[in-house]
Amino acid sequence: MSDVKNLEERFQERIDDEQKIEPRDWMPDKYRQNLIRQISQHAHSEVVGMLPEGNWISRAPSLRRKAILLAKIQDEAGHGLYLYSAAETLGVGRDQLIDQLLTGKAKYSSIFNYPSLSWADIGAIGWLVDGAAIMNQVMLTRTSYGPYARAMVRICKEESFHQRQGYEIMSVLASGTEEQKAMAQDALDRWWWPSLMMFGPNDADSAHSAESMKWKIKRESNDELRQRFVDRTVQQAETIGLTVPDPDLKWNEERGHYDFGPIDWDEFWNVVKGNGPCNRDRMKARREAHENGRWVREAAAAHAAKKAARKTAA
Amino acid sequence: MSNDNEKDWPLWEVFIQSKRGLDHKHVGSLHAADAGMAIENARDVYTRRGEGNSIWVVKAEHVHASNPDDAESFYDPADDKVYRHPTFYTMPEGAKYI
Ligand SMILES: [Fe+2]
Ligand SMILES: [Fe+2]
Repeated sequence: MSDVKNLEERFQERIDDEQKIEPRDWMPDKYRQNLIRQISQHAHSEVVGMLPEGNWISRAPSLRRKAILLAKIQDEAGHGLYLYSAAETLGVGRDQLIDQLLTGKAKYSSIFNYPSLSWADIGAIGWLVDGAAIMNQVMLTRTSYGPYARAMVRICKEESFHQRQGYEIMSVLASGTEEQKAMAQDALDRWWWPSLMMFGPNDADSAHSAESMKWKIKRESNDELRQRFVDRTVQQAETIGLTVPDPDLKWNEERGHYDFGPIDWDEFWNVVKGNGPCNRDRMKARREAHENGRWVREAAAAHAAKKAARKTAA
Repeated sequence: MSNDNEKDWPLWEVFIQSKRGLDHKHVGSLHAADAGMAIENARDVYTRRGEGNSIWVVKAEHVHASNPDDAESFYDPADDKVYRHPTFYTMPEGAKYI
C-alpha cells in the first residue's frame, strides 16, 4: 500500500514539476482511464465531425471551395488517427475504441449532432466549431501526457486553416446579396449557442474538472476557455457585419470581457443523451461506413498474408 | 462487431525525415496490413503539408524500450564523468581557437 502511495506522490511531483508523463511511466489507474476516455472521445469527435461537412462536398459552390472542403475533412480524418494513436499508447486497442463508438458506449462532441442545412453552415462550422475546438486544443498542447500533447501540436498546426476558410466563407456571404447575408446570419444564429456548449458545463457543475486540473490533463477551466472564445469571436462577427444572437451580450469594462447570456443546458444534456436532431443519423452513417469498409480491411489483410507467404516460400 | 480484421493489421511506428541531412524523427503510429501500405498511409496522414522527405516505418512490436523505472541507475554511469565535457579543462590564458 505504501508503495502505491509513494508512486503516486512521485507521479504528482513530476506533474507539478511540469515534466511530461510518457507511456511506460507508472501512472495512477484513474489517470490512465481518464485519459483513455478523453482522448478517445476527442478522436471520435474528429471522425463523426466529418459527417456534417461531408454533406456539402458535392454541393460546394465552386471548385476552389470543394478542394478546400475536401482537404479540411481529410485533415479531420488525420486528427482522428493521431488521437487514436495517442490513446493506443495507454494500452487500449483502436478496434476496441471504435467498437465503443459504434455500440454507443463512447461519446463524441455533441455539436456534430446538429444538421448542416445550408452552405453558410460550412462557413459557420469552420469559423465557430473549429474556432472553439482550437481554444481547447491549444490548451491541450500543454497537457501532461506526452503523446497527447504531441498529437495536439500537430493538430493545432492544421486547425488554423480550418477556421480561416470558414470565416472567409462567412465574410464572402456577409458582403454578398441580401439573401446571402441572411443565410450567413441564419447559420450564425443556429451555431452560436451549440458552439458555446462545446466547452462543456459551467465549472461549478463539471464532473471531471478538479482531477483533470490537478493532473494537468486540462490546464484551463471550461468557463475560462469559453470566455476567451466569446471575446475573440464577437469582434470577428462585428467585422463582417453579422450579429451574435445574444441580447445579453455586452462588453464589461471592469472585467475586460464580454458578459453573455445564460446557456440552455437542458438542450445540451438532451443532445448528449442522444436526442439531438442528428444523433441517430450520425451513428447510422458511422456503422454503415464501418460495415461497408469491412471487405477492404479483409482484402488488405489477405493480400498482405499472401505476399508474406510468397516471400518465405522464395 | 469486434470480429474485425483490424486486429490483423499490425501497429507501425512512423519516422519522418523532414529535410535531407536531418534525422528521422518519430511522429506517431498507424495500423496497416503491410509495410508498403504503412508507408502510403504515413504519407497521407503525416506529410500532407510537405513535412516529409523520407519515411521509415517499423512494426511497433520490434521496438524495444528502456525501462523508465530504472532510469536513475541506468544512466548513472554518465553522472560522475564531468571530464567528458569540454568545459572540464583549464586552458592556458591567451591560447586561441581552442
Ligand atoms: Fe480537427
Ligand atoms: Fe478542424
